[in-house]
Amino acid sequence: MPTLFVNKERVDISANVPGDTPLLWILRDNLNLTGTKYGCGMAVCGACTVYIEGQPVRSCQTPLSSLRLGTEITTIEGLRTKEAQAVQTAWEKLDVPQCGYCQSGQVMAAAALLAKKKKPTDADIDAAMQGNLCRCATYVRIRAAIKEAAKSLG
Amino acid sequence: MSEITIVNAGRRGFLKASAASVALSGAGLTLGFHLPDAAAQATGPGLAGAAASAGGGFAPNAFVRIGRDNTVTIIAKHLEMGQGTYTGLATIVAEELDASWPQVRVEGAPADATRYNNLLWGPAQGTGGSTAIANSWDQLRNAGAAARAMLVAAAAKRWDVPVASITVKDGVVSSGGRKATFGELAEAAATMPIPTEVRLKDPKNFVLIGKHVPRKDTRAKSNGTAQFTLDVRLPDMLTAVVAHPPRFGARVKSFDAQSVSGASGVRYVVEVPNGVAIVATSFWAAKKGRDALKIEWDESEAIKFSSADILADYKALAAKPGTIARNDGDAAGAMAGAAKTLAAAYEFPYLAHAAMEPMDCVAKLSADSCEIWNGEQSQTSAQYAVAEVVGLKPEQVKLNMLYAGGSFGRRANPTADYVVEAASIVQALAKAGKRDLPVKLVWTREDDMRAGYYRPAYYHTLKAGLDASGNVVAWQHRIVGQSILAGTAFEAGMVKGGIDATSVEGASNLPYAIPNLAVDLHSPKNGVPVLWWRSVGSTHTAFSTETFIDELAKAANKDPVQFRRALLATHPRHLAVLDLAAGQAGWDTPLAPGKTGERRGRGIAVHESFNSFVAEVAEVTVRKDGTFSVDRVVCAVDCGIAVNPDVIRAQMEGGIGFGLSAALYGAITIKNGAVEQSNFHDYPVLRISEMPKIDVHIVPSAAKPTGVGEPATPVIAPAVANALAAATGQRLRNLPLKLA
Repeated sequence: MPTLFVNKERVDISANVPGDTPLLWILRDNLNLTGTKYGCGMAVCGACTVYIEGQPVRSCQTPLSSLRLGTEITTIEGLRTKEAQAVQTAWEKLDVPQCGYCQSGQVMAAAALLAKKKKPTDADIDAAMQGNLCRCATYVRIRAAIKEAAKSLG
Repeated sequence: MSEITIVNAGRRGFLKASAASVALSGAGLTLGFHLPDAAAQATGPGLAGAAASAGGGFAPNAFVRIGRDNTVTIIAKHLEMGQGTYTGLATIVAEELDASWPQVRVEGAPADATRYNNLLWGPAQGTGGSTAIANSWDQLRNAGAAARAMLVAAAAKRWDVPVASITVKDGVVSSGGRKATFGELAEAAATMPIPTEVRLKDPKNFVLIGKHVPRKDTRAKSNGTAQFTLDVRLPDMLTAVVAHPPRFGARVKSFDAQSVSGASGVRYVVEVPNGVAIVATSFWAAKKGRDALKIEWDESEAIKFSSADILADYKALAAKPGTIARNDGDAAGAMAGAAKTLAAAYEFPYLAHAAMEPMDCVAKLSADSCEIWNGEQSQTSAQYAVAEVVGLKPEQVKLNMLYAGGSFGRRANPTADYVVEAASIVQALAKAGKRDLPVKLVWTREDDMRAGYYRPAYYHTLKAGLDASGNVVAWQHRIVGQSILAGTAFEAGMVKGGIDATSVEGASNLPYAIPNLAVDLHSPKNGVPVLWWRSVGSTHTAFSTETFIDELAKAANKDPVQFRRALLATHPRHLAVLDLAAGQAGWDTPLAPGKTGERRGRGIAVHESFNSFVAEVAEVTVRKDGTFSVDRVVCAVDCGIAVNPDVIRAQMEGGIGFGLSAALYGAITIKNGAVEQSNFHDYPVLRISEMPKIDVHIVPSAAKPTGVGEPATPVIAPAVANALAAATGQRLRNLPLKLA
């Protein structure tokens, strides 16, 4: 019975769950953590971004069988870092989201960027956020809000 | 079946979300109520009108409800799909009500065309054509003012003071030293007579309209709690994935349900009108079931042609006169007498909407009702379509509104294709004795890309004649492409004299003063399913007309802005946005040069759609290798009174980005009857590194507000094409744009 830690809570998964089940669908269908979205199923849109051991990954292309025992997973529901709080505050200040469907992934990716780079340049932002599609094209505000969050973190 | 155990039940923080989702099934609460936070963020779709505010609420009309807890709930009859309408509609009510913005929350209205019809669509409820604010403006001002008048009347009675002595500000009613909140007056207000006439504010006294108010949905959309259709969870709910035919027009010949028997979690395999549904305990089980399913397709009526065949047909049609959409003067005669003529042809591919949330819908069929959970753009047509499938009356189809993860027209299908598909699944299950079983239909991205409903492909020809002084004396515009409205419930109202208004809009109302002007149309049928796509006809007409007018300016040796200005003398709103965009972009000053080997260019376009006026100046850089970037866009918009300036700016930014995706990449191509693209790797859309810097300028206006969801989109492709022509001399006439 594989054991994972999702948002710091221990989750035991029965051997009946097929190993090819993507983490995305375990989060959504089994744990009802629906903040993580399905967008493409092939790791090209970023809507399903979660952290594994603190690093952003595409949960739609992360089969259960690839997760070692005790893996720490963080979803938007459990995102509590100071970078995440700064990002979410900036997202509100600048009213970034439109339809909002991709924004969990955008927030996860942006917070991960700020955890690595305190003062990201435009090129850093492009590199970190390039994999997160937004069909509403909220990119102008995503860029501005990341800078705003960086400023607020000092 | 419990395959996953959550061990430390004492700290199951995330299970709260589950309780909230269940509430969607009818308890009358929305997710926001569970948050410990202020009402300001307690906004969510669904369930409006299902329950009045807990005890003693005041619901003077279909759009406002005031609770004893001092929350003001505004019922939004329009779908929130990103365009900001929940915020816009609430702003209008709150302004006339004099509510304080933080006490306002928003709920999505149920499907009920008797109360919530779109006043510009007659008896139908729906969101589209950038009409939400335009049709709601007077209605919601009156709704807010009526509620305010009743609160004032209640206070006057309670305090025994004249109505004239009472003021209302930020949700507080005052007279002399007395004060009461809306919540304190709610019960008494409910007993006051509903006013037959109300006085609306003088716009100079607006405190919310035209100012910055934060969006009502931002927090929920930044922390993962916003509820989309994909997030709906109901007791015993199953998930369905459908195997669709590989070619349009193919039908199921036979399928082997046994082929799925090895897939765990699959509960039912049922045939639906457009394929076979696998109904399972989870998405992944359903998808694996579909992968295993063996189906034979009957392709006797399937289309077998390719995009190249369609284009060849359209070119042949374009050689012949079509149905006349506009005919001023004598275009043919004036063309024959012109000193100089220019001709051009334009090709537009099919486009997918490719909203981030692929199509999905939850349905539950009971003996006397069919309940639907969906981010629905076209409620009334969905009710009728579902009613027909399940054998109920339209009013027995109940619709719970969710946020839509984008839509761009896709969730406004008059045939309600995927909603009907969900209804067909629960209908098939009901026939098999499984009534009352909720099913969530989920389309994969591949389904979304391949199972239909596209902006039609079009082919245009344009011809113009100039006199010896460079004046345009003749203009002939021919459009070839499928009618979006043919065969739909909208046909009777919107197809007149053989002209589908959505095929020629933007061309048949060309604003330029050209004395001899003809527009005609061919509307061939070919079986590829088509639909409106953000800004509809203008997606192609703005491109051909605004790039061609640029060519004419060059042929006349005139500046593109001055050339347009001279032809727009009687169109002050076009002129104003044109001048504002050009001025703010520094049109008359040279563009800063690029690096060595780079060429830069600036282009302009102006277009009216949905009664809003937009001009955009695009600046591009063409690199040595022929690739290019769009560096900056200056946008000017006149949408009447700016209800929420920041939402308008956001829609201009987003509309430009959406239009750029189509300008740079968008193409759905058909090969032997099947769509070739399947996902974002072969149907690329704009990424952050490609997003230009955008400056938005709003024209001050006292005119009634018009829409902003669409009008920025069609203007960017011609502005970029004109900029590329300025930079390189290459005139691109096909979309997507590719430099030689």
